[in-house]
Amino acid sequence: MTQYLLSVHGVEGQEPPPPERLPEIFGAVEEFNERLRRSGAWVFAGGLEPPDTATVVRVERGEAVLTDGPFAESKEHIGGFWVIEAKDLDAALALAEEGARACENPVEVRPFQPVPQE
Amino acid sequence: MEAVFRRESGSVTATLIRQFRSIDLAEESVQDAFAIALAHWARDGLPPNPGGWITTTARNRALNVVRRESTRSERETDAMRMSPPTEERDEEPDEGPMGDDRLRLIFTCCHPALAPTARIALTLRLLGGMQTPQIARAFLVPEPTMAQRLVRAKRKIAANNIPYRVPEHAELPARLRSVLTVLYLIFNEGYAAADGEALVRRELCEEAVRLARLLAQLMPDEPEVLGLLALLLLIDARRPARTRPDGMPALLAEQDRGRWDRALIEEGLALVRRLLQRGEPGPFQIQAAINAVHASAASPAETDWTAIRALYDQLLALAPNPIVAMNRAIAIAETSGPEAGLAELADLDLADYQPYHSTRAELLRRLDRRGEAAAAYTAALELTRNAPERAFLQARLRALRDQQA
Repeated sequence: MTQYLLSVHGVEGQEPPPPERLPEIFGAVEEFNERLRRSGAWVFAGGLEPPDTATVVRVERGEAVLTDGPFAESKEHIGGFWVIEAKDLDAALALAEEGARACENPVEVRPFQPVPQE
Repeated sequence: MEAVFRRESGSVTATLIRQFRSIDLAEESVQDAFAIALAHWARDGLPPNPGGWITTTARNRALNVVRRESTRSERETDAMRMSPPTEERDEEPDEGPMGDDRLRLIFTCCHPALAPTARIALTLRLLGGMQTPQIARAFLVPEPTMAQRLVRAKRKIAANNIPYRVPEHAELPARLRSVLTVLYLIFNEGYAAADGEALVRRELCEEAVRLARLLAQLMPDEPEVLGLLALLLLIDARRPARTRPDGMPALLAEQDRGRWDRALIEEGLALVRRLLQRGEPGPFQIQAAINAVHASAASPAETDWTAIRALYDQLLALAPNPIVAMNRAIAIAETSGPEAGLAELADLDLADYQPYHSTRAELLRRLDRRGEAAAAYTAALELTRNAPERAFLQARLRALRDQQA
């Protein structure tokens, strides 16, 4: 089994779904979460507050320096993520497709490094 | 020896990858085994079963490496593992062609999560037994670039745990399309260019045909697999006639049909007939049928353009894309005149595609619209880097200007 990060990517300035559709999208995501839990693929998941709520902590010459705002000056930001466990990439891609349909945003699939064994 | 390597290396590599779950280890062991074989066979002659000899030797090499590695830390070996051991690990492969390791390997090499260029390079390297410098030369990229591309692809397979198996029923059609497209692109890369690297390029055509034959043998019930094989055979049959004695490319209509390879044509036609009877058309089968019509015409004038046009109609409905539409326009020009063909071309968004301009130029020339034809040849020239192709277009342009003068 391999663990994968499924991250949901949003593009800044992209039209958000109208408020009346939000319950439907949240519902679809919750259904997907439930399927993940039941199948045993679920490790962890969460949605994130917008990127302008972020703070970056950097250690410079032994001192912590804080900067307001997200780390990368990018138009794309992670809006939320799942950490799942799957038997191989094909299984992970199938779950990512379900996730992308549920949250109506592109989902990036990225494997975790294997946990070093004793 | 080269022939044995070509014939056997893909299959031995594929088996070792399944047994040892490491592409790198499989590749190195197979290379070593061939080096050992070279020394032995030069002295003792070819063994009765060279493939078996290579497999055994390569497996022993790999086992030695694994034993050595097991004394090192687990972490180091993990880095080169293709995937962690799974419950299926010790299962023996299924019986029959679907259990063939080469089939698993080709689906892994052509996995859609890999970049298309990486799929091609991996397929040639692992299944075709081509060396990295050879692949780099064939695709006109620097060797380090190609080496890097292969390393990255192998790392992606390992890190992502891309499975080593033939996809299940539901996934199969899409995944098979990726495999067939890779083989078609390999063939095209070899066929499209008749430049200074001609020898390496011919190798690509031959490799694509060999792999298509292998696939057809392993998946004989997939119509599109047979369609691809038929298509490649029918195009490849024209290769001897494709270059004129002066090195310039010969258009289909100008080719000496006596130089077409009859054996390949017969084989391709037989496949097309079988596929027509099955009646499950797909894009590769239709393209094969179009080439079968060309191959069946004793002279260009005897070409059944009405049949070709109908096939392009069908292809366009199945796989709508502007290049298919352009080829359909050519068929329309043949059945209904150059003017009708030009009208079909007018709406196509192919300004960056060289054949679009040379096709327009040719139709305009036939209509004696010389100024417009010259402009279209010039546009085609600006998009052409291949030397013989340039010479050909320049000759056409000169002929037009001479007429005008």
